Amino acid sequence: MRLVAVTVLGHDRPGIVARTTQLLAATGANLEDSTMTLLRGHFAMVLVAQVPGDANTTAEALRPLTEDGSLVVSVREVPEEPTAGPLGSAYLLAVHGADRPGIVSAVTGVVAAAGGNITDLSTRLRQDLYVLLAEVDLPAGTDVEEVSSALAQAAARLGVDVSLRPVDTDVL
Amino acid sequence: MTLLPELPQGAVRPVLRAPAAGLSGRAREVDPLEPDVLALAADLLATQLGSPGCVGLAATQLGVPWRVFSLDVTGHPRTRTCHGPMVLANPVIESATRWEKGREGCLSVPDLTGDVKRATRVVVRGEVPGTGESVLVETDAFESRAFQHEIDHLDGLLFLDRVAGAHALHARQVYR
Ligand SMILES: [Zn+2]
Repeated sequence: MRLVAVTVLGHDRPGIVARTTQLLAATGANLEDSTMTLLRGHFAMVLVAQVPGDANTTAEALRPLTEDGSLVVSVREVPEEPTAGPLGSAYLLAVHGADRPGIVSAVTGVVAAAGGNITDLSTRLRQDLYVLLAEVDLPAGTDVEEVSSALAQAAARLGVDVSLRPVDTDVL
Repeated sequence: MTLLPELPQGAVRPVLRAPAAGLSGRAREVDPLEPDVLALAADLLATQLGSPGCVGLAATQLGVPWRVFSLDVTGHPRTRTCHGPMVLANPVIESATRWEKGREGCLSVPDLTGDVKRATRVVVRGEVPGTGESVLVETDAFESRAFQHEIDHLDGLLFLDRVAGAHALHARQVYR
């Protein structure tokens, strides 16, 4: 078995997830992690699977998805990566304000400069309102106050609101 | 204790939408006996009642940086304790317990909803506009959530600042 990453992008309609996973299952593939969302109405899915063949045979098996030209599929082999949880602490970064270029790069730049790692990100533009939500792991020993104030400075320059809060992990 | 004083005729006023600047920043304490505060309270309640599905409105949403809001969760399916229509000035959360995640929306963010963790029990202290009476309101469930949402507005916070994760925002359901 080999590990491959599959991306499926294009025009949304009911049944894409079902069709994609059926075609993969028929090859004997084993789905591991996946994520799917609609980005401005476009279907977007990425999944990682163990497949008996390789990237080419998997792409061939998924060819029916692309037949009407409304979806683009790509498959590539990827190495195994450690999936253990992060060592630092998890925070949720929220930014909202008027849409303007550079919001994502400016705030994620502050996170990167602090050694923080973004583990999940979503952004939404609704009319004039731009919203960014990012889950951020900050390394142990990070001065969170300092990161917060650097974010506040970046936000002030952009004219947006920013908050950085610890993520609750309730174990039930 | 009455949370609904005798109000002058209120006017329905336009509600700010994010990213309006008036929704950010901390609103200031007011004198509940000021006639302007009472007039604002009347406008808040009138605007709230004139907006279908709206259970609360903060002064900042009308572009007024004062610590006043209106609230009425009567008839909402998630309401348990219900104090009916009310207006409150200078609210302070005295205690907040039993946190639960729930989905909420906002008249100022009309296209999105979010999963937000809120206390399902709160005790809120405030002053009634017009009478100046200091009141202590104890509530639960949806009314508790609504209190926290409105008081956040007075601190310049939207539910967007409180959502539970990177994927906790959702498109507002459109009913046709
Ligand atoms: Zn609101």
